[in-house]
Amino acid sequence: MHVLPGILLSLALMSVALAPAQARTNWPTPPVVVDTNPQVSGPLTGGTADHRKFEILQKPFASGPDVTKACLSCHTETGKHFMKNIHWTWDYKDPVTNQQLGKKYLINNFCTNARGNEGMCAQCHAGYGWKDESFDFTNEGNIDCLVCHDSTGTYYKTPNSTGNPACSVMFEGKPVIDLSFVAQRVELPKRANCGGCHFNGGGGDNVKHGDLSSALKSPPRDLDIHMSPQGLNFACTACHVTKDHVWAGSRYDVIAKDEEGQGKPGQRRDVATCESCHGTTPHQSGSIEHRKLNHHVASVACQTCHIPAFARGGVATMVDWDWRTAGKTKNGEGYHEEGYLQGNGEERYTYKSIKGNFTYAENVVPEYAWFNGQMHYTTIDTRFDTNQQPIAINAFDGSRDDIRSRIWPFKRMHTWMPFDTGNGTLVYTHLWGDDNESYWGNYDMGKSIARGMRDFGLPYSGQFGFLETISYWPITHMVAPKEEALACRECHSQDGRLAAVEGVYLPGRDRSYWLDLFGVLLVSGTVGGTLAHGLMRHLLRKHHKGENH
Amino acid sequence: MATRRVLIFTIFERFWHWTQMSLIMTMLVTGFAIHGLYVSMPFDTAVTLHTLAALALLALWILSTFWLFTTGNWKHYVPTAEGLGQVLRFYSYGIFQGERHPYRKAYWRKHNPLQAIAYLALKLVLFPAIWISGLIYLFYFAWGDVRFAAAGLEWVALIHTATAYAILTFVVIHVYMLTIGHSFAAHVAPMLTGFDEVDLTPEEEAYLTADEPSHIR
Repeated sequence: MHVLPGILLSLALMSVALAPAQARTNWPTPPVVVDTNPQVSGPLTGGTADHRKFEILQKPFASGPDVTKACLSCHTETGKHFMKNIHWTWDYKDPVTNQQLGKKYLINNFCTNARGNEGMCAQCHAGYGWKDESFDFTNEGNIDCLVCHDSTGTYYKTPNSTGNPACSVMFEGKPVIDLSFVAQRVELPKRANCGGCHFNGGGGDNVKHGDLSSALKSPPRDLDIHMSPQGLNFACTACHVTKDHVWAGSRYDVIAKDEEGQGKPGQRRDVATCESCHGTTPHQSGSIEHRKLNHHVASVACQTCHIPAFARGGVATMVDWDWRTAGKTKNGEGYHEEGYLQGNGEERYTYKSIKGNFTYAENVVPEYAWFNGQMHYTTIDTRFDTNQQPIAINAFDGSRDDIRSRIWPFKRMHTWMPFDTGNGTLVYTHLWGDDNESYWGNYDMGKSIARGMRDFGLPYSGQFGFLETISYWPITHMVAPKEEALACRECHSQDGRLAAVEGVYLPGRDRSYWLDLFGVLLVSGTVGGTLAHGLMRHLLRKHHKGENH
Repeated sequence: MATRRVLIFTIFERFWHWTQMSLIMTMLVTGFAIHGLYVSMPFDTAVTLHTLAALALLALWILSTFWLFTTGNWKHYVPTAEGLGQVLRFYSYGIFQGERHPYRKAYWRKHNPLQAIAYLALKLVLFPAIWISGLIYLFYFAWGDVRFAAAGLEWVALIHTATAYAILTFVVIHVYMLTIGHSFAAHVAPMLTGFDEVDLTPEEEAYLTADEPSHIR
């Protein structure tokens, strides 16, 4: 019996093949011991000074700018550094398309425009007092240091100008801030500092991004392996590395494919890519599976497999906003309605007179598309063809043939929003203000648009309607532990996650219908043929019984 | 002329045959899982097994090709028209009349003419088609950036899949052939024991009896 060697070889091969799967039984990787360790802030570390011992901080402060003055008296160069960053300028010019971007100018399909509404929106500007065009961007005394460096949780901001009483009531009755107490306890920013604004983009918790929610202040391990206190306990700046108060990583300038990887020690303060820590061959066991996955790095973004869904962790994101229904009142007063109970047990508004109807979603499977990092925005200057709805607020480039592209996950936001029907442009709406033209309080969209456009010398036909729009939000946070990364079949199957992605031959998804038909017919026909042949032999052998077989 | 039981499949040939059988079955099962004809096997398991089995099979083919040429066994596969008509006639007609298989195994000709042509075609057409297309497929990471790579991969995959269907068809016929004539077990036995009945010339019989007594019973 010499069959044995063959069988043994096969068995040996199979045991090798199963090795990577067995390696997984060690998962989940042991959590970092939970203690009171501070969040990891990347290359910067604090600890060389105790701000409570600084004389200049041991006095009462009358205002925020007074604190800033004290800060800058020691941190002499920081003001000049800071005033270059986008948290201050709200201004970004795309070097490729030359489009004027930045919050100062852009219109999104959530709350629409910040421009003209700074009194409200610039609560998230890292400065003091921006309420209109008169704000001095060259005065470093206007920088707000505390909003990012507060470690006490007692610091907050309020609108820079008075809004309609219908809205400003929200900001009344807050406790007085002890600025001296806060100033003596400054630290490197934590997730909650950045999250104060970035978790609330679009007007509420996780409304805008889908992958940035208050759940990330202290996320469980399976929500975000990097930010979880049971994982690496990263602060935002651990990845969004900082040099001279300029942060790496921007949705205006996305690096969709980082081929440089980790760089040499001491280098790479310029990117927040996965590769800048994990390198360009991140799957390291050397198994066939890991080698194959490393080949995927060239065409599939890390986020695509490692963020199986966004809006996880019990906080919903908004996926549809309908401005058409805004402005309804009860007894002349605006109102709101709850109608969505999210995973963490909190109710979300599904209607607000000031904004319209909202649709939420949780644990959302992203949409996937080739993306090379280049966005094209529909700005206030863009004239579009209204017959081409939905209009992409931020279209993006990318294809299989573009070497810089990879397949990325996106949140897709759908909104009906006001526009100028006569000119085919977006509009600036005057939402915030203590006057009779602000939409919030007066609920007259026509007046609001007329004022919003007039204030900036923009043409307005006088006719508005509602435009169907889409915006795309690259998904990059809420990275799950590796054992929760997508299995291959999620994409390598018919009707899988990448069903709509073009330009690739994807095994398991793609096939030739005719070849498969021919192949199946060939094999089944052969089986049928042999059965017929055998049956004939059987019948005729009986017929010839007694003769030689 | 005497009919004797002679060792016609050496240990190496039997090892080659059964290892190749196991590997090809592994390739077929995992390959069609990757192709998506069925999805019960996890994709990563299928890819891993398929890749390892492919590499093992390539090594086996290199080994067996070397063996065929160094031992002179390649001669068994040289195509011949002599007797081919009789064999074809037997399978399509004579077999139903209860006739005896027209071919007698000879010491230096252990395959009938139809077998020789079938195995030669397998070795020269189907196997090269599947391993060349398979290697190009496996090394996609190295040429994925050239122009039209995506379209190229689709053609490579089509050729690879088409060849797989052809090999599966071969397997079906190959197994069916074992049922023709003697019992299935009797046909499989030579590939297990190595011995089969062979018509020997007196010289061959004398040579084997004298010089290779373990090869003749």
